Amino acid sequence: MNEQLRKTINMGLIVGGIALSLSMIGIIDAFNQRFVITDLLTLGQLLLFGMPLVAGLLVSSKLTDSSLGGKLLHGGLAGLLSSVPTFLLLLLTLFWESIRDSFINVKPDLISLLTLNNENIVVGGFLLVLIFGVLGIVGGGFALLPSRFRRPISTSLAWTIGSGVMSDILIGILRPRLSSATLRKLFGSTGLQPVPFVVLFVLLTAVFLWWQQGGQERYHSVRQNLTPKQQKNSRRVSISLLVIFLLILPSLLGVYLSEIVNEVGRFILMGLGLNIAIGLAGLLDLGYVTNFAVGAYIMALLTSNSGFGLSEPVSFWLAVPVCIVAAMFTGFFLALPVLKMRGDYLAIATLGFGEIIRVLARSDALKPFIGGAQGILQIPPAQINGFVAQLLGYVLNPINNFLGRFDLGILATNDAGEIVFGNPPQLYYLFILASLLMLFISRRLNNSRTGRRWMAIREDEDVAAAMGINTTNAKVLAFTLSAASGGLAGAIFAAKLGSIFPTSFELLISINVLSLIIVGGLGSIPGVIVGAFFLVGIPQLLTEFAEFRLLLYGIALIVMMLVRPEGLWPSEVHRREINRDGEDETAVPVTAKT
Amino acid sequence: MNDNILEAEKVVKRFGGLLATDHFDYVLPRGMIASIIGPNGAGKTTFFNCLTGFYQIDEGRLDFNGESVIGRESYELTQMGISRTFQNIRLFNNMTVLENIMVGQEPHLKSTWIGALLGLPSVRREEEETERRAQELLEFVGLKGMGDSLAKNLPYGDQRRLEIARALGARPKLLLLDEPTAGMNPRETAETTAFIKRLRDELDITVLMIEHDMRVVMGISEKVTVLDYGRKIAEGLPHEIQSDPVVIEAYLGKGATASLTAKKAQA
Repeated sequence: MNEQLRKTINMGLIVGGIALSLSMIGIIDAFNQRFVITDLLTLGQLLLFGMPLVAGLLVSSKLTDSSLGGKLLHGGLAGLLSSVPTFLLLLLTLFWESIRDSFINVKPDLISLLTLNNENIVVGGFLLVLIFGVLGIVGGGFALLPSRFRRPISTSLAWTIGSGVMSDILIGILRPRLSSATLRKLFGSTGLQPVPFVVLFVLLTAVFLWWQQGGQERYHSVRQNLTPKQQKNSRRVSISLLVIFLLILPSLLGVYLSEIVNEVGRFILMGLGLNIAIGLAGLLDLGYVTNFAVGAYIMALLTSNSGFGLSEPVSFWLAVPVCIVAAMFTGFFLALPVLKMRGDYLAIATLGFGEIIRVLARSDALKPFIGGAQGILQIPPAQINGFVAQLLGYVLNPINNFLGRFDLGILATNDAGEIVFGNPPQLYYLFILASLLMLFISRRLNNSRTGRRWMAIREDEDVAAAMGINTTNAKVLAFTLSAASGGLAGAIFAAKLGSIFPTSFELLISINVLSLIIVGGLGSIPGVIVGAFFLVGIPQLLTEFAEFRLLLYGIALIVMMLVRPEGLWPSEVHRREINRDGEDETAVPVTAKT
Repeated sequence: MNDNILEAEKVVKRFGGLLATDHFDYVLPRGMIASIIGPNGAGKTTFFNCLTGFYQIDEGRLDFNGESVIGRESYELTQMGISRTFQNIRLFNNMTVLENIMVGQEPHLKSTWIGALLGLPSVRREEEETERRAQELLEFVGLKGMGDSLAKNLPYGDQRRLEIARALGARPKLLLLDEPTAGMNPRETAETTAFIKRLRDELDITVLMIEHDMRVVMGISEKVTVLDYGRKIAEGLPHEIQSDPVVIEAYLGKGATASLTAKKAQA
C-alpha cells in the first residue's frame, strides 16, 4: 500500500479512537453544558468536531504531495475515517439496548449530540460521517494557507475560543463596569454571543497579522534604538505597571476568582520549593506533602484557640518563621536516611515519608496532641493590628478611596482599623507576598554557586564529587531549602482555612506539585508559574473538569513528554537551545531553494 | 617534601575473587608526563578510580603528595589536587560549557548559599572571577566563544577538550587523563598530544594518562608502565617498552616476539 495513504489512514483512525474514548468517558457530554458561542457551539461540540479538523490538518501538512487536490483528498479521508469508531458506536447502540449497563456514559444526550439531534440513528450517523469528512477537507485546506496567514489565524482562533470558554471570568470582571444590557449583548449565560465572537476573532486576526507582517520587527527596532536611559525608563514603567496590576488584581477578579488565584499561589509556592529538589538537584522527591503538612500543623498548634498546642496562642507573624524552620528541620532529617539512594529508590522512599505523615496525622496515638481525624479547628486568620495597621491604613485608605471610584481597590483595613487576611481578595496579598519572596530566593539560588552544584549533582553525581563537590552536604541542603517553601505554603494554608484535617495532606498534593513542575518545565522558575496556572487554575475555572482532573493530568503529562519534553516554559538554557535548533531547521529549506 | 607526587606500594583492589590491581608498585616523580598502558581489563582505570576516591583500595599504601589517599572521599582528593577526565566522556550534559568549567573550579570557591541570597559583594566578585577564569580556560583549550552552548551539543573532540578544561578548573597538581585521544582522528590526536605537553610545560601539572594510541604514548611520555591482569609487567622509557618481549607478548600473544624479530631480520 502507498506509504502516504497508510499514514493518512493511521492518523484518521487514531484521532477517531480518541474521539470515541472522549465520548465514552463522558468528557464530550460533560463539556456539552458549556457554550463557547452562546446557543450555537458548545465546548463538547468543539472538542468533537475539532477532531476531524485536526486530523485533516495534521495529515495534509505532513503530506509530501503538495497539490491542492491531494491535500484536500487526504484531509477528507482522514476526517472521514476519524468518524468511523464513533459511527460504529452509534450502530452498536441499535443492537445493544442495555449498553449503558456497561458504558454508563453513553447517555441519550451523547447519542443525540453525535447524531446531530436526528431521531433516526443511522441517518444521524451518516450525517456525522459526512460532516467529519467535510471538516477533514477544511482542515486539509487550512494547511494549504501560507504559514504567515495560518499562524495569526490559528492563534487568534485559539484566543477567541479561549475567551468563549473562559467567559465566566470576563463576565466576572466586566459585570461591575458595564451595564447589564451591554453585558447581555456580549455574553450569554455561558460563552460569547455570536456577533462579538466573530468581531473578536476578526480583530485579533488583524492584530496578529499586523504583528507578523512587520509590527514585530518595528517593535524590536524601536526598542533597540532607545538610548540606554530610555530603555531603563521603559523597563521601570513596565515593572511599575506590572506591580500595579498585581496589586489591584483581586478587586478586578472578585471573590471567587481571587480564591482560584490563591490556590494557584499555594501551588506556585510548593512548586518553587520542589523545583529546588527535583528541577535543580535532580532529587526525585515524591513526599513533598510532608513539608506542607508540617507547616500547616505547626501553624495550627501555635495559633489555634481550640486547646491544642500552645495554651497562649501566638500571632500568625510569629508562627510563620517557626513553621518554615520546622519544615526545614523535617526536610533535613528526612534527607539523612535517603542520602545514599538515587533515582527510583529515592522516589519510593520519599513516597513512603509522604504516607507516614498522613498516617501519623490521622493516628489515634497522636490524637491528644494534633487532633487525629477531627483535625485542629479555630485557627484565626492572619491579621495586622495596632500601630502597624494604623500606619498601613494611612497609606492604604486614600488609595482605596481613589480606586473605589473605578470599583477597584487594594488591601483594605476593616472598620476597627485592622487588616484581616480573612477573605480571598485579602488573602491574595499574603500569597503574592510569599510567592514573590520565594521567587526572589529561587532566582538567587538558581544563579549562584549553590545552584550550579545542584545541577552538577543532577547531571552526574559521581562526577560532581570528582569535581570537588561535597555531594552529601549539597543534597542535604537541597532537601532542607526545598522544604522551606512547602512549610510556608502550609502555614498560610492553615491560616486561610481556619481548620486543618489529615485529608488535606494526601499523596495527591505531592503528585500535583510534581506534575505542574514537569508540565511547566523542569528547573525553570517561570515554568512553575505557568504549570500552576495550567494544572491548578484551569481545572478550577472549568468545573466540568473536576471529574476528569486526574485523567487530564495523565494526558497532559503524556502529551508533554511526547511533544514538548522541555515543558511549556523551559529554563533559559533549554529555550536558547530550542531556538537555535529552530533556526537551523528553517535555514535548511532556504538554502535548498537557492 | 619528597620529589614523588604519587607513590603506590603493593596496592591491591579486589572485586569478589578478581584481583583488579595486584600488588601494584608505582612511583611518579613531580613534573613528569607518564603513561599506563595495557590490554583491556588490565586494571588501568581501576587504578585511576582508586586514586580519585571512586574505589577504596583493599591493601597497600597509596600516597599523593606524601599524604595517604586511603579513606578519603572523592571531593577531598580533588581539593588536595587530583583531577581527572573519564574514558567515556562524562560532562554535565544539560549545563552550558561555561557552567561546566565553573563547576570544575569548585575546590577554590568559598561563597555560601546565604551569601548568595543576600547578594553579598564578595559573592558577586567571586562569581565574576570564576566566570572570567572559566573564559580563560575555554580559550586555553581552544573553545573560545562556545561558552553558551550546552555541553552535550559540542562535537566529540571538543567535548574531550572541555573535559580537560573542567579538570583544569580545579588547578590540579596531578591530572589523570583516561584515554584522552580515544575516538579522535590523526590530526586531532596530534593536536591533543601537543596540548598535553603544554599542560606540563606551561602549567606545571604532572600528567598521568591511560592511552592506547602508541603514537601519543611514545611521543610524549617520559615513563611508560605496562599493566596486565592487574600486575605491572614492565616499566621504563618508551623505546625500552617498545622492544620488551614481555609487553609484546601481553599485547599480541605468545610467539609474537619470535615472528617480529624474524620480520626485522628479513628487513
